[in-house]
Amino acid sequence: MKKMIFAAAAMLIAANAAQARDQIHIVGSSTVYPFSSYVAEELGATTKFKTPVVESTGSGGGMKLFCAGTGMDTPDFTNASRRMKAKEFKKCQKNGVREITEIVVGYDGIALAQSRHAKPLNLTRKEIMLAVAAEVPNKAGDGLIKNPYHYWDEINPKLPHRKITFYGPPTSSGTRDAFEDMILKHNTKHMSVYTNLYKADPKKNKKYKKYHEIRQDGVYVPSGENDNLIVKKLAKDSQALGIFGYSYLEENSDSIAAATVEGIAPSPETVQDGSYKLSRSLYFYIKKSHIGKVPGMMEYARLFTSEQMIGDDGACAEIGLIPLPKSMRDHYRAQLAHLTNLTADDFKKK
Amino acid sequence: MSDASKSNALRADLRADKRKRRRARADMRFKWYGLTALGLAMLFLVFFFVDIISKGLPAFQQAEILVQVSYSESVKSNYNRAVDKRYRKLISRSWLRTIPMQLEEHPDMIGTTAEQWVLADYRVDQFLKGHEGHKLKKKYQKLVRQLQEEGKVRLAFNSGFFSNGDSKLPENAGILASAVGSVLVLLLTMLFAVPVGVMTAIYLEEFAPDNRFTQLIEVNINNLAAIPSILYGLLGLAIFINFMGVPRSSALAGGLTLALMTLPIIIIATRAALRAVPESIREAAYGLGASSLQTVWHHVLPLAMPGILTGSIIGLAQAMGETAPLLIVGMMAYIPEAPHSILAATTVLPAQVYTWSGESIRAFEERTAAGIMVLLAVLLSLNALAIRLRNRSEQTW
Repeated sequence: MKKMIFAAAAMLIAANAAQARDQIHIVGSSTVYPFSSYVAEELGATTKFKTPVVESTGSGGGMKLFCAGTGMDTPDFTNASRRMKAKEFKKCQKNGVREITEIVVGYDGIALAQSRHAKPLNLTRKEIMLAVAAEVPNKAGDGLIKNPYHYWDEINPKLPHRKITFYGPPTSSGTRDAFEDMILKHNTKHMSVYTNLYKADPKKNKKYKKYHEIRQDGVYVPSGENDNLIVKKLAKDSQALGIFGYSYLEENSDSIAAATVEGIAPSPETVQDGSYKLSRSLYFYIKKSHIGKVPGMMEYARLFTSEQMIGDDGACAEIGLIPLPKSMRDHYRAQLAHLTNLTADDFKKK
Repeated sequence: MSDASKSNALRADLRADKRKRRRARADMRFKWYGLTALGLAMLFLVFFFVDIISKGLPAFQQAEILVQVSYSESVKSNYNRAVDKRYRKLISRSWLRTIPMQLEEHPDMIGTTAEQWVLADYRVDQFLKGHEGHKLKKKYQKLVRQLQEEGKVRLAFNSGFFSNGDSKLPENAGILASAVGSVLVLLLTMLFAVPVGVMTAIYLEEFAPDNRFTQLIEVNINNLAAIPSILYGLLGLAIFINFMGVPRSSALAGGLTLALMTLPIIIIATRAALRAVPESIREAAYGLGASSLQTVWHHVLPLAMPGILTGSIIGLAQAMGETAPLLIVGMMAYIPEAPHSILAATTVLPAQVYTWSGESIRAFEERTAAGIMVLLAVLLSLNALAIRLRNRSEQTW
């Protein structure tokens, strides 16, 4: 008897869940989350549609949920702070999520920041890589050793005699992935010290193909997903550098300042023209098969890509999004109007 | 007595005396260790409360501005036209953007004007409260000061904090949705965990034979009470969401998951309460010819009730402050609307506090602290209730 009640309840719930939804469900990157939820709120407040639910699951977690199928219990949009991977696209296809439209909403800059009271610092990506990698080339440059550097002038005599300390995101974070990509992999994939090891034994030394391990001897301190904590630590420790999203730098400009990377300080202009190297595009993906079944999806997407939101003076810029150049914004608006499908060919370029 | 033995006795006396003093000293030291530990704990507590309250109190007040609002036809297409351009940047967009919808619902308002207090932008609010990093531009600072002299700016009680859901605009953010969510989730947790937990405990304590199997169950229950709560989240995701099809982020998913977590605590507390009822009461009931069911139902359970309630309330209070398992079942999300059913997307108070603490806009800092204050107040009253019930239950047999 009890079992029957249980089963009946389970079926009831399942039936309920399979029914049409009247509320958009969005998952994905924690970097896009502030902008996505801002747009969601705007949609809820200014139209008759319900406010979409925005869940911050990380880019990878979002893709997993998004590509799980086309059922009404799967999300309608996923946000990502990197492009969908070919592997993820294949998984989507396999699970019946065939038609996907990709939209870029803007850029996110990763700031390397320090206390306002610290002397200005300029670093190159190579120098940063040598400071944070777990293994670095030895003096002769023919082998790898455990990272011996504890002061910046040990890496480059022109740099100040200042202790190397980083407060940065933990491994679960998209910002950390981006940092590893842009600083570590960017350098190590062209350095024969690393790649030769990979070539010698591709199976055992797979990690040396694009080496991206960060040292764990206390120089790089993983500081949790909460960027506000890093800001507070920097204010107290004038030797240290922090790694976090550009919006936090802007919001806390009274206590922290950016270090320049290859002579360029992060700003909307330098990110847009590509001269500031630590930046990435932010995406969202639309599940086309849900359009028409979940009310408000197109309205949400249109609102997100509108000038009012992601334009130069848009609301998202106000909370830290770096806008795309005007022509790109128009390009993606057109892409949305046509609901251009993402195809396997898109992953071959680059 | 010889001299030698005399001096021996004296020496023994001296030694005893020394030992005594040493023991007294050790006593004293021990007392001081205890006092220091207590003092330290108090210090942390005071520090915590002072920090939270000093940060959170300002959030209960919110800046408002008195402006002339004109509800003309053109406002429908551009809400910025509703107020004087000079003040546009001082007024919260969260209020301005609702005007077109308001006008659509009440067409008779079109063409009217009104002088009314409206919600100010968070920068104005932070500036008035004297917080650093308010980001209000110099020219607006001057304007606000001028308005202040005219009495057109005020800090009023922040009723929006209790009547709004989450928002990305700090001045508009409130705890209503998450508070309703918390109540709903807690109710569901109680509905599932208390009957199942109490029945399990009654069976194990009053009816089950003492054999290997029941011992195994007992060990497992004690063990379950101590495992990290995040594991319950994973369990909830696997059973309730993936297998039974409960909607993700819903109050039902959260309530069931927390019920799993609370079960062992309730079972252990209930068993202890049942065990505290003296055997003589059971024997008296049996002696009068009562059946096992009657004995438990009429005599043992009523006497054990206060203890059971205390345990349940403490278990529920713990569930109320829990976030980790809810993260896994998708309740840590941006959900500004209060849930209308147990299957709708819901968030809870601690999750709200967590999301605010990670916001980049600094005005959220005081909201975070205020959210913590509300959460603490609820937990404190729950615990006070538990203590009251415990005091009432102090019976001597």
